[in-house]
Amino acid sequence: MTPQTLSPLLCTIPLLPLAGAAINGFLGRRSSRTAISAVALGFCGLAFFMALLIAANFSSAAAPYSFRLAHWIRSGTFSVDFEFYLDQLSLVMLLVVTGVGFLIHIYSVGYMWDDDGYYRFMSYMNLFMFFMLTLVLAKNYLVMFIGWEGVGLASYLLIGYWFTKDSAAAAGKKAFIVNRIGDFGFLIALFLIIKHFHSLDFANVFAAVRTLPTETAGAGLLTAIGLLLMVGAAGKSAQIPLYVWLPDAMEGPTPVSALIHAATMVTAGVYMVVRSSVIFEHAPMAMTVVAIIGTLTALFAATIGIAQTDIKKVLAYSTVSQLGYMFMACGVGAFSAGIFHLMTHAFFKGLLFLAAGSVIHGVGGEQDMRKMGGLRLYMPWTFATMGIATLAIAGIPPLAGFWSKDEILWRAFGASWVYWLIGVITAFITSFYMFRLMYMTFGGDYRGTVAQEAHGHGDHGHSDNGHADRGHGQGHGHGEPHESPWVMLGPLVILALLSVVGGFVGYGNRFEHFLAPVFQGATGIAQEASPESAASALEYLLMGVSISVAGLGWLLAYLLYSRVPQLPAHIATGLGGLYRAVANKYYIDELYAVLFVKPLIEGSTTILWHDIDQGVIDATVNNSADAARHVSDNVRHMQSGNLRSYAGWVAAGGAIVIAYMVWMGVR
Amino acid sequence: MAGAVNLLVQSHPINSALSLIVVMGSLAAEYLLLGAEFVAAVQVIVYAGAIMVLFVITIMLLNAGKEERSKGSRVAILLGVPGVLIGGVFVAWTLLHRSYMQSVPIGALKGDPKDIARLLFHDFLLPFEVTSVLILIAIMGAVVLASRPAASGARKDEG
Amino acid sequence: MVPLSYYLVLSGILFACGVLGFLIKRNIITIFMSIELMLNGVNLSFVAFAAHWHVLSGQVFVFFVMVVAAAEAAVGLAIIIAVYRTRETLNVDQVNLLKL
Repeated sequence: MTPQTLSPLLCTIPLLPLAGAAINGFLGRRSSRTAISAVALGFCGLAFFMALLIAANFSSAAAPYSFRLAHWIRSGTFSVDFEFYLDQLSLVMLLVVTGVGFLIHIYSVGYMWDDDGYYRFMSYMNLFMFFMLTLVLAKNYLVMFIGWEGVGLASYLLIGYWFTKDSAAAAGKKAFIVNRIGDFGFLIALFLIIKHFHSLDFANVFAAVRTLPTETAGAGLLTAIGLLLMVGAAGKSAQIPLYVWLPDAMEGPTPVSALIHAATMVTAGVYMVVRSSVIFEHAPMAMTVVAIIGTLTALFAATIGIAQTDIKKVLAYSTVSQLGYMFMACGVGAFSAGIFHLMTHAFFKGLLFLAAGSVIHGVGGEQDMRKMGGLRLYMPWTFATMGIATLAIAGIPPLAGFWSKDEILWRAFGASWVYWLIGVITAFITSFYMFRLMYMTFGGDYRGTVAQEAHGHGDHGHSDNGHADRGHGQGHGHGEPHESPWVMLGPLVILALLSVVGGFVGYGNRFEHFLAPVFQGATGIAQEASPESAASALEYLLMGVSISVAGLGWLLAYLLYSRVPQLPAHIATGLGGLYRAVANKYYIDELYAVLFVKPLIEGSTTILWHDIDQGVIDATVNNSADAARHVSDNVRHMQSGNLRSYAGWVAAGGAIVIAYMVWMGVR
Repeated sequence: MAGAVNLLVQSHPINSALSLIVVMGSLAAEYLLLGAEFVAAVQVIVYAGAIMVLFVITIMLLNAGKEERSKGSRVAILLGVPGVLIGGVFVAWTLLHRSYMQSVPIGALKGDPKDIARLLFHDFLLPFEVTSVLILIAIMGAVVLASRPAASGARKDEG
Repeated sequence: MVPLSYYLVLSGILFACGVLGFLIKRNIITIFMSIELMLNGVNLSFVAFAAHWHVLSGQVFVFFVMVVAAAEAAVGLAIIIAVYRTRETLNVDQVNLLKL
């Protein structure tokens, strides 16, 4: 396929889900579930199919492809058009987004089938796909920003999908507002770019940036732009200090959490930073800031994750933590490693969320892990796939997560052993809380509403199909957990497969070589840990460390949650305040409420509403009406019905006219 | 002028009417001085003869008596009178200080009825016809307005 | 021999007297007569100008003014009679039903 035929396809890919969203949105209310599903899956699948088609015909020699859909802004020397762009980086993102997105759409058919607003859900999901695809296929910052804002919108709509629930509506609002704060930084960065480079097109901007010297002094235009872009990324990808919306976003349905808050939207920030790699490489201080934020977030979120009891919240903090890894990678210049981890993370985190959804579905809506347990017997497939994902995220070879995480840690070590150490500690904690989740959910006995067998013995599950030790022939009462239908299990299996084999893409630095043309012309830190596969002894040593650390985490989880289940409670009470702080997310939300939210609301109410809106604006309108009334009240008296007063007025007026005319004549 | 002032001063309307007749007569004399004989004649016949008679008849019909004191309008006095005086002063001042000091000889322009008739029926034919219609309408209106309400029968007529 | 402006001043005085009468007097008939006085003043100035400029149409216009004055007087007096029948008064201050 020549570039001429391939390029126009670029614009059809985002537009297909948009069509699906429109059809479902407008016509969906009266359509049958089947029709809605067909439309949604059809358009999404078609987009995926086209992505595959493009991938098959993609040729690195002909890349990058670009296609202009329409003119947009032409203002003097500044112009921005609706242009789409495909290079290796966008191709990777495209495949991830359409592929994982399609699988999650299939899953949602099963998960959301019984919901009343089914058509609305499918419409929003397609809408999200449209915006996300616009984001990754954009050729300039402004089209990317359309996608950026749009996915924020879709996220709001989907988080607050069950809008009759107060907490869901509030969570949607929170997500959107915190996102907005990040977007503010992004916008300022865009303005700076426009001002200094007179263009928002990637090619133009990056070419101009390459001619500038590297700002080693730590201050300057590119540093400012980089930092502001990072603010935007922090908002979208839930890094410190703007991560607070992501745990609340778990109010949305689980497929939403999987798609948006694990696999794709939150990775938009990473994608944007990677896309702007040239800018960051010329601003080392900005890169350092990115790395620091990423590293700290990774550790911070992981520590919160170990004390959470809601299964989705654990996964949410895990996502924040893993995103931290990606930013750490970007910060040390390992951009392709960051994207690699993004890809593998999409697989296993998407799988984890979908499996969690399957679990929740199976136990009838319960999300508290303390009320789960023993589910490996009731839901073997879910157990198996989730186990695979857990191994992946813990970084146990040869699954996908190991390759990408290890690559990041190796490159981080190359920049500074501090990053590496924190990364390793985080990996340990990650492994710990993930296996804790597994044991609490699938191990032991079922602690839910169904009466349990008298004896249950702790038995830690294996990654392959666990065999049922006893049958579950109780069958009394609903609340008995059950396996999910195949429409939900199918995507789980596929994602599990991807989690297993996905890592081999990066074997032997193939991935990095593939993405290299995107970063060519980069200077500085990127080339430091060079792509030669010098698999030195040091690298193997570090690899061994991370593997053992993952194993340690598993062991600890096994001990605490399978072998001696009473121990965690003792530890919790023993640690007292520290444990409470961690369990309450370090009270960050409360801190923000006091520092920002309350003053803002107070200020709005008192100053803006009472004083200005009511006092000034309303008063002006009301008072002018009052004044008109008073004037007319007084003028009314002229209409007295008295002939002579009328005549008096006439005479007076006539005198004035005469006087004026005489005066005019005299002059 | 004396007649005009007298009109203002008198309190009984019949006296005012009579002084108005005096005014009209003197105006007729002025017209003659200016050589407008036809106009003078018409003035006496129509104005003094018909219109003023109509006024006098109405006064007597309605038994108008001396003017009573009544509250009246402050505006008329406060605003109107000064207004008139100011306007009048302005006009007079303008007239006297500007041009128009040329003399007008007595009887300069002969107001021949023949010439006037030619103008009236030639150049001003349309206004002439229109005024005759106007008078017709006026007559009809006057008749209707002044007639006693015959059909209503709700009120007895007062004298 | 008589300057034009004298005629005009006289006309103005007559007019002013008419207006004053309109404002001062309370009897509706007297008010009407003041109106006639005003019209007469205007007539005088018409004739004076006609003589000054030797244009005869000034006198023709006087003729029309008189016609209109006659018509208006007739109708006005009819109205007065009608009002007198309902309001029983010739005092113009008491005919003020049109007040706001």
